[in-house]
Amino acid sequence: MNSIKELFQQKDKNLLSIYFTCGYPKLDDTTKVITALEKSGVDFIEVGLPYSDPLADGPTIQDSSQKALENGINLDLVFEQLMTIKETNKTPLVLMGYLNQMLKYGEDKFCQKVVDCGIDTLILPDLPMVEFENHYQELFDKYGLTNVFLITPHTSEERIKKIDEYSKAFIYVVASASITGAKGEISNKQVAYFERIKAMNLKSNLIVGFGISDKQTFNTACNYANGAIIGSAFIKNLGKNGVASIDGFIKPIIS
Amino acid sequence: MKSQFQPDKNGYYGQFGGAFIPELLYPNVKELEDNYIQIIESDEFQNEYKSLLKDYVGRPSPLYLAKRLSEKYGAFIYLKREDLNHTGAHKVNNTIGQILIAKKLGKTKIIAETGAGQHGVATATVCALMGLECTVFMGEKDIERQAPNVARMKMLGAKVVPALSGSKTLKDATNEAIRYWIQHPETFYLIGSVVGPHPYPDMVARLQAVISEEIKWQLKEKTGKENPDTIIACVGGGSNAAGAFYHYMDNEEVELIAVEASGLGVNSGESAATSQLGEVGIIHGSKTILMQDEYGQIVEPYSISAGLDYPGVGPLHAYLFDSKRANFMDATDTEALTAAYELTKIEGIIPALESAHALAVLSKIKFTKDQVVVVNLSGRGDKDLETYIKHLED
Ligand SMILES: Cc1ncc(COP(=O)(O)O)c(C=O)c1O
Repeated sequence: MNSIKELFQQKDKNLLSIYFTCGYPKLDDTTKVITALEKSGVDFIEVGLPYSDPLADGPTIQDSSQKALENGINLDLVFEQLMTIKETNKTPLVLMGYLNQMLKYGEDKFCQKVVDCGIDTLILPDLPMVEFENHYQELFDKYGLTNVFLITPHTSEERIKKIDEYSKAFIYVVASASITGAKGEISNKQVAYFERIKAMNLKSNLIVGFGISDKQTFNTACNYANGAIIGSAFIKNLGKNGVASIDGFIKPIIS
Repeated sequence: MKSQFQPDKNGYYGQFGGAFIPELLYPNVKELEDNYIQIIESDEFQNEYKSLLKDYVGRPSPLYLAKRLSEKYGAFIYLKREDLNHTGAHKVNNTIGQILIAKKLGKTKIIAETGAGQHGVATATVCALMGLECTVFMGEKDIERQAPNVARMKMLGAKVVPALSGSKTLKDATNEAIRYWIQHPETFYLIGSVVGPHPYPDMVARLQAVISEEIKWQLKEKTGKENPDTIIACVGGGSNAAGAFYHYMDNEEVELIAVEASGLGVNSGESAATSQLGEVGIIHGSKTILMQDEYGQIVEPYSISAGLDYPGVGPLHAYLFDSKRANFMDATDTEALTAAYELTKIEGIIPALESAHALAVLSKIKFTKDQVVVVNLSGRGDKDLETYIKHLED
């Protein structure tokens, strides 16, 4: 079974996931961040592959990606780093990157490496459903990998139902018509959208992301979904205060 | 019979194209995809488009036999004078068409990216004409080197937003436009070249096709010949080339030459010669040929010309290259400058730096004496005067 799905069977409320950028703030921080997040009690972790042109990302993740690339991070190094903690890390990892990274690396080679690192879930924000259906579904199935689809306030009901069928890990509920980036609070309009999705009684678990930044926004999101993902707000803190500050960032959110 | 150079239903030219967009943009792109052909083919659109191209843009643009240039290179060299269009380049053919489509879809806010500023000016112009709100994203570096166009956009009432990420040029302006579009899905993204997710490449190619539609009858009128032997156009994203090639793509007898900018030299590390340096990849929602490193990170291109320093080409051009239908050549900064001065001195026409790249390959080709060659003169050089003057002093 998919590792995230398995996680949901043990816990299906208030799951906290953290997105971070590999090789940031320092090149060898990748495994340190994962270990610290695990210790702090994060439920699953989104491992971000730094990309030169991250279209779905706001300034914070763009900056961290650029810095990580300047640090010398690359896909081979990421896979090497992840291999070193394969045996010790028990927190499920989700790999997030852009399609071109997989394409250039070689699709089969990429999938094999992901599996070797003990990861079975991918988020590729620029992989559209039709391409998934025509090509990638078969590729991922071959390696036992699962793709996470995103839905947004503008995704039609019909499309959400289709995504629900395809989802084996969870559905990523994008909180607003937005790129990534921490914002202040969750509006009534967003709540109405969360309620609409909740009322659809989908079979998949729901995780809210984009714009979740603190305890308050996390709690609000968890009222309507199984959990939420914090990205930019975590990266901001990590960039400023380093790996040692991770526990201090996570604890107040899940306490 | 359907041309092999038309995209399939998923927007593919061979293996190139598609719509690799985040879910957030799906409804926008889908709406356009469902409607663009029907709108473009409607009488209402055609009447308005044709009438604006005639009375507002000043089309047909002349097909001019450049006698002294012809003498020099030993062929019949015709210039398709897109530089004489209102706003100074071929870009306006596309913006007139897209603004009519945007209006038909009920959009009131327009965004665009721009490199040289020509597309930005052409977009700001049609927005002024139609009374629509206009925001143009432009790389910070391009804002510096294309100052006159920035001033024109502002005078036309557009908001110019500097793109501060990456190389601060066209690629980054496009990234910022797409990010803004994601956050403001009510806006219409008026793309300036045959790039981006399907249906943009096909839509823009159809709107630029007027260039070769005119070349066909103009050439016949002037020479009695049905077709030229050779057509030469520069390629940034590839819209002026797509327009100049469009009605000849299925006719193998017409040689198509696409000219890319090789900056300081193809292998200098400072170049934008995508077909020679690139490999299959995804940029701005399209699978195409792309300059990238071994890990798929996009490489920052370079050219003296702000309209040509794009790390990809449109998917149609990737297909024209891959299938060897078009012959891809390149011109360096220096070769383009030399060609620009030459045209100015012997024909009295100051070309845009982009167009000068197309002219620069004339000296690299062996012509037969009655060969009929059309060079698409995509734009005029007013915006590049500062660069030209600087190199005059050198
Ligand atoms: C005069 C001129 N020619 C050519 C180009 C390159 O664009 P494309 O390759 O889409 O024709 C530009 C772009 O700014 C331009 O201004």
